[in-house]
Amino acid sequence: MRLEKRQQTSPLAWVLAPLGAVGFTLLVSALLVLWAGAPVGRTYLLLLQGGFGSVFALSETLTRAIPLILTGLAATVAFRARLFNIGAEGQLYAGALAAVAVGGAHGGTGWDLPPALLFGLMLAASALAGALLLLGPALMKARLGVDEVVTTLLLNFIVLLLVSMMLDGPMKDPTAMGWPQSVALLPELELSKLIAQTRVHSGLLAGMGLALGLWVLMRYTVLGFDIRALGANAGAAAFVGVPVTRTLVWVAVLSGGLAGLAGAIEVAGRTSYLTLDMSPGYGYSGIVIAMLAGLQPLGVLFAGVFVAGMLVGADSMSRAVGVPTYIADVIVAASLISVLVAGALAQYRVRWK
Amino acid sequence: MSELQDILANPAFWVAVLRIATPLILGTLGVLLCERAGVLNLGIEGTMVAGAFTGWLAVYAGAPLWTGVLVAALTGAVLGLLHAFLTVVMALSQHVAGLGITLLATALSYYGYRVSFPKVATPPTITPFAEMHWLGLPVLSQQTPLTLLALVAVPLLGYLLYRTPLGLALRMVGENPHAAEGQGLSVVAVRSGAIVAGSALMGVAGAFLTLSAFNAFFFNMVNGRGWICVALVVFASWRPGKALLGALLFAFFDALQLRLQQAGSAVFPYQVYLMLPYVLSILALVLVARKASYPQALMKPYRKGER
Repeated sequence: MRLEKRQQTSPLAWVLAPLGAVGFTLLVSALLVLWAGAPVGRTYLLLLQGGFGSVFALSETLTRAIPLILTGLAATVAFRARLFNIGAEGQLYAGALAAVAVGGAHGGTGWDLPPALLFGLMLAASALAGALLLLGPALMKARLGVDEVVTTLLLNFIVLLLVSMMLDGPMKDPTAMGWPQSVALLPELELSKLIAQTRVHSGLLAGMGLALGLWVLMRYTVLGFDIRALGANAGAAAFVGVPVTRTLVWVAVLSGGLAGLAGAIEVAGRTSYLTLDMSPGYGYSGIVIAMLAGLQPLGVLFAGVFVAGMLVGADSMSRAVGVPTYIADVIVAASLISVLVAGALAQYRVRWK
Repeated sequence: MSELQDILANPAFWVAVLRIATPLILGTLGVLLCERAGVLNLGIEGTMVAGAFTGWLAVYAGAPLWTGVLVAALTGAVLGLLHAFLTVVMALSQHVAGLGITLLATALSYYGYRVSFPKVATPPTITPFAEMHWLGLPVLSQQTPLTLLALVAVPLLGYLLYRTPLGLALRMVGENPHAAEGQGLSVVAVRSGAIVAGSALMGVAGAFLTLSAFNAFFFNMVNGRGWICVALVVFASWRPGKALLGALLFAFFDALQLRLQQAGSAVFPYQVYLMLPYVLSILALVLVARKASYPQALMKPYRKGER
């Protein structure tokens, strides 16, 4: 069999492709639910209810979506330029570490600055930490031809060990009973809650604003054009005068910066201190979200909420019917693969011969 | 310094080096096979998890150890088939497809483990492969048969790649698929075969962890070993012999950092020692990158009749 490019993609295909992807994912997950010995319909209902079915569920989903939207945007801008940043997990932790370093209550020896200024410094430091962490691999790719996939992946492990070292040492909270957690952020630096008695914080607005900002940047600026050109055809882009290295540097700063901000916003909005299990792989999920969104910044908002809803819904569903929470990860991974295939089938026709 | 000498003089150290190297050798050969055919396989991390799980589960259910290894290889092959469908038949982005497979295989394995063992305080165990004392050789006698398998696989793969028509076909689709197609080769078939075989090796690499190095399945037990293999292939310039060397070198530093950590005079926090292997991998990549001879068609999807 082989694939043949369709002359034009029918509008019907664009509707059928995502539906087919969803159907396939539901089918695969249904088999797994049956294996666990649970009723399929009820499990799905509980999954949806747990993620979206009440104000509380929705608030938890939106809370979970905030870091996912930010890492999703980080992956979007990088993958658009074909800079395969798989290091958002490490960049997120680096950002969180920087945020605590700047804004943490270090035994009363904090910086004597107005809170607004300190808040700005904290965000800047976290974005800078994430950006610097990606700048290394990006420059190594541009100058030396070192594959950025491997370097960004390996840096994740290094950063996590660095965080572990800081939580054992200089940033350790002495009052945490030996638990490896950092000192808390100064209370005045914490983000305000959007809805009373929930955990949704103003980081959601930041995520939406950044998605909009990235959309404008990609669509209406010279840098955005350069990024898209670089991703479409690096050779041709260089030939027509796109500054390749400079564009890559900007992409690294944007992508790493967004992932770093995700760390700071997670600390300032949800946990108020840093632990080693703060992120259950938000950096990796960000890649899935970016792909589900078709690398469109505004689509990341919806994909982020979808993935967050699955994760949150799985928690409460699991408590009720005993299907392991890992079903959420299966659903997310299966939907990634089926969306990719469905997208390809919409553009290509399969010839059997 | 005498501390270092003590460590190096102890045969137990070299036993550990070879043991740590085994899954890396198998995994690196697996990646090498895929990449020589022109396909990056980032599915390795998840494929190793899946191989570790299914191989172990088969043995736990009563199958002989070697059947477990076979089950792990088949698991890898099935995931390889999926990878081949996505990257070769559908010609999707190799980065994303590989990551998707890693996520899917990891999630499925963890899900399967939790469904099979809903509430266990301590992980259930099996009796792993025994050491090959009958060999009567230093260091090698204290390894299990899977290590021997890994060591034998290196020259076998070298022979396959450089001395057989199949190896020539494989390298050709990785360097210039258009020319290969012109010679009457099916790029889709050769690439798919390479991915399936390579993924089977990755499955066995994972099974080594549960059937030989340990006796149980743990979450996060692969812990980045797959990614290390992807780095080692670049370091090895896509050559099996150098891949063995790279894996041994990496294992040497990994074993050394463990010993230095345990030694009384550990100067740095233990995390610094744990970082060392990852830092060295990146350094090695930087050093070899300039003269790295990537397979020319690596990461380039091939669609028949399309340029």
